[in-house]
Amino acid sequence: MPGAPPKPEELVQISYDPPRADWRKTRFDFQKGTYCYSAAAKNLRYLDLPNPRDWQPYEADWKLPPNWKEIILKGMKERLEKFRSFRLFMDICVRCGACADKCHFFLGSADPKNMPVLRAELIRSVYRRYFTLAGRIFRGLAGARDLTEDVLKEWFYYFYQCTECRRCSVFCPFGIDTAEITIMVRELLNLVGVNTNWVLEPAANCFRTGNHLGIQPHTFKDSIDFAVDEIEEITGVRVEAPINKKGAEILFIVPSADYFAVPHYYTLLGYLMLFHEIGLDYTFSAYASEGGNFGFFSSHEMMKRLNAKIYAEAKRLGVKWILGGECGHMWRVIHQYMDTLNGPADFLEEPVSPITGTRFANARSTKMVHICEFTSDLIYNRKLKLDPSRNDHWKVTFHDSCNPARGMGLLEEPRYIIRNVANHFYEMPENTIREQTFCCGSGAGLGTDENIDMRLRGGLPRANAAKYVRDKYGVNLLTCICAIDKATLPTALEYWTPGVEVGGIHELVANALVMKGEKERITDVRGEPLQLGKEATVNA
Amino acid sequence: MNALTSFILILVVTGLAFAGGEISSCRVLLDVVLPYAAMAAFLVGLVYRVLKWASSPVPFNIPTTCGQQKSLSWIKSSWIESAHTKLGVAVRMAIEILLFRSLFRNSRAQIRQEGPRLLYSENKWLWLGALAFHWSMLVIVLRHLRFFVEPVPRFILAMDAVDGFFQISAPQLLVTDVVIIVALLFLLQRRLTDPKVRYISLFSDYLALFLLLGIAISGVLMRYFFKVDLEAVKQLAIGLVTFSPIVPASIGALFFVHLTLVSFLLAYLPFSKLVHMGGIFLSPTRNLPNDSRMVRHVNPWNYPVKVHTYQEWEEEFHDKIKAAGLPLERE
Repeated sequence: MPGAPPKPEELVQISYDPPRADWRKTRFDFQKGTYCYSAAAKNLRYLDLPNPRDWQPYEADWKLPPNWKEIILKGMKERLEKFRSFRLFMDICVRCGACADKCHFFLGSADPKNMPVLRAELIRSVYRRYFTLAGRIFRGLAGARDLTEDVLKEWFYYFYQCTECRRCSVFCPFGIDTAEITIMVRELLNLVGVNTNWVLEPAANCFRTGNHLGIQPHTFKDSIDFAVDEIEEITGVRVEAPINKKGAEILFIVPSADYFAVPHYYTLLGYLMLFHEIGLDYTFSAYASEGGNFGFFSSHEMMKRLNAKIYAEAKRLGVKWILGGECGHMWRVIHQYMDTLNGPADFLEEPVSPITGTRFANARSTKMVHICEFTSDLIYNRKLKLDPSRNDHWKVTFHDSCNPARGMGLLEEPRYIIRNVANHFYEMPENTIREQTFCCGSGAGLGTDENIDMRLRGGLPRANAAKYVRDKYGVNLLTCICAIDKATLPTALEYWTPGVEVGGIHELVANALVMKGEKERITDVRGEPLQLGKEATVNA
Repeated sequence: MNALTSFILILVVTGLAFAGGEISSCRVLLDVVLPYAAMAAFLVGLVYRVLKWASSPVPFNIPTTCGQQKSLSWIKSSWIESAHTKLGVAVRMAIEILLFRSLFRNSRAQIRQEGPRLLYSENKWLWLGALAFHWSMLVIVLRHLRFFVEPVPRFILAMDAVDGFFQISAPQLLVTDVVIIVALLFLLQRRLTDPKVRYISLFSDYLALFLLLGIAISGVLMRYFFKVDLEAVKQLAIGLVTFSPIVPASIGALFFVHLTLVSFLLAYLPFSKLVHMGGIFLSPTRNLPNDSRMVRHVNPWNYPVKVHTYQEWEEEFHDKIKAAGLPLERE
């Protein structure tokens, strides 16, 4: 475990102007706090991945297979032939530099190789050398370079300093998406056994137990039961939370952090209270007990292997359709990949809200609806009794999580919910929200403690925007709809912007939801006392 | 260094063309062989490049959504930036290609250590420079059609009239001539003086700029200062396109420079980053509709993978599931 990270004042002693140098000749070292540890061999073995062994990135010898270069180049060729995105993005960049200062890691670290264009050039230079005529003939003059072990190490370092947030692709005049390139390079690295434990251990856990945290069925039930008890304590209402119930109308999938981590947990309370209140016929699954997908941070194949459980379980349980909780990359996978990977879901029905009758035609093929779509529809149709004053102790802002924003376009639904469940809502500056939102700095499998320096650097732009609304409006709660945000933004905000807590949308719903037969609420779902005096004036 | 080498390369090519134009035996080479070879390289290269891109499938529907999705009926969806229809995608692509929509979003970030504070400011210069260059280039290329067809089509005459609306100097000053050179100088200046852009720039980035500048400047010199025999130029051009090339006695050395650099550009284009003009049409983050939950996108190479089935899972955790009182498939 590394020591305490440097102070904020020290961390920002950076300049966005790179030195005059040829980047192909500049070196880096594996400094503590800026990279993730290697994946344990047992996890590779469990997932049948190549080259399981003991090694660490800071060691000189990575124990690569003798023919590693051949494997990588063959892997590149195969992927160039399978993905138009990859081939195109290798060819058409003009190095205009529009993306340079759009990456949160560049803004926080000023490392020029964190400019998206240069991150991509790390592999483009190799592409030119081995896959283009000009590169093969003119080499360096054509921007080509040989694939060496140093290059491979550089890939590992910098493609695990990309959170696949896609912010750069919003600004690129050709739509070049660094996330695509990062996905490809991580796939290539996986071919020779170069991977991180923070990605592969959750993946192995998920494959075995059904969720990233490795929670086994009985423990899963315990934590859901615990939430049910806690709800009774807060509200006096006993809710039901069915698990593996055959014949339920809806299968509900959440990221596992929701039932095992704070502040995610308060959001889980919100789901349970909401479903009880509307009398929803649903079920959790202890087998498909993970919506998130760390396989996505490793390879397309691993993503598919982990994702397969959702449709398989929906089929086994005989539900009509699937509802999904608050999670970022989970929703990128569900929205843009699941149907293609593991569909068609022709054994399910087009989702219809049993409460409002609303047909979710936008999910008619994939048959999975986002909880914010579901809840905002309930609110719009006046099916919920809400008392927003019970969130008056919160001055709320909303952080668009990268994937729902740029890989889905889910922008208005959460805002609509917030406006109905809270009285004080303030937006962060325009170029830091919606499609231009900044990543938490820990997505795509980088949210581990040993990577803390880089995470804090990557979190700077988001935290800085939160600081703006904290200082201007007194904002003390940043809401978001992503499990990784909820897990890692508290650290980043405590470091850069103390005084701003992190919470989910359905945590606010939990506070505001007036339940039939509930006792008078004295605290919010966190156990914090409500501002009762103020509530009285609102009601008077 | 990269800038200097590419500048020297363009100077050498210019010098060779200049000298070659003086030697009559070289003229056939410069006037006929070179343009044909360049055009062939351009066509074959470009077709190869596009076919190569098109031959790789698009396994997933991965648009970058830059606006509200189409979901509930009462939420206004962003039908262009997060297009879910073919029309929406077509409009999104048109705005991207014709107006450089994404580049228009460009901003500049700065950091103030005290605070710390990140500051973002508007930065439309790159957008303006790029737009000015590309549109002028298009107009100039179309304008050159006058050399290849007789009679000159009316739209070209009309275009020239607009282009020359300042009505100064003789021959009339064409706005695009000025704009293209100013825009190229701006782009070059940016590459040389912005430390970030300088850091990422390759030899070929400078080469493209010097090449285009060389073409523009030689063209301008010919039009306004060192007149060449336009009749002869047209004779050569028509000869080339009708595959009955005639080598005129003399056109003027500048013309050879211009023609040589243009040939260089044509031949170089498909093998360089300049192919971006073809690539933008195929970019999967822009040209796909955000309808992936509405319509199933098919991956042609989708293959079965090893999964952990429910039965395997239940077998492994059987006793624990039973103890927790959860239902089992097999008791």
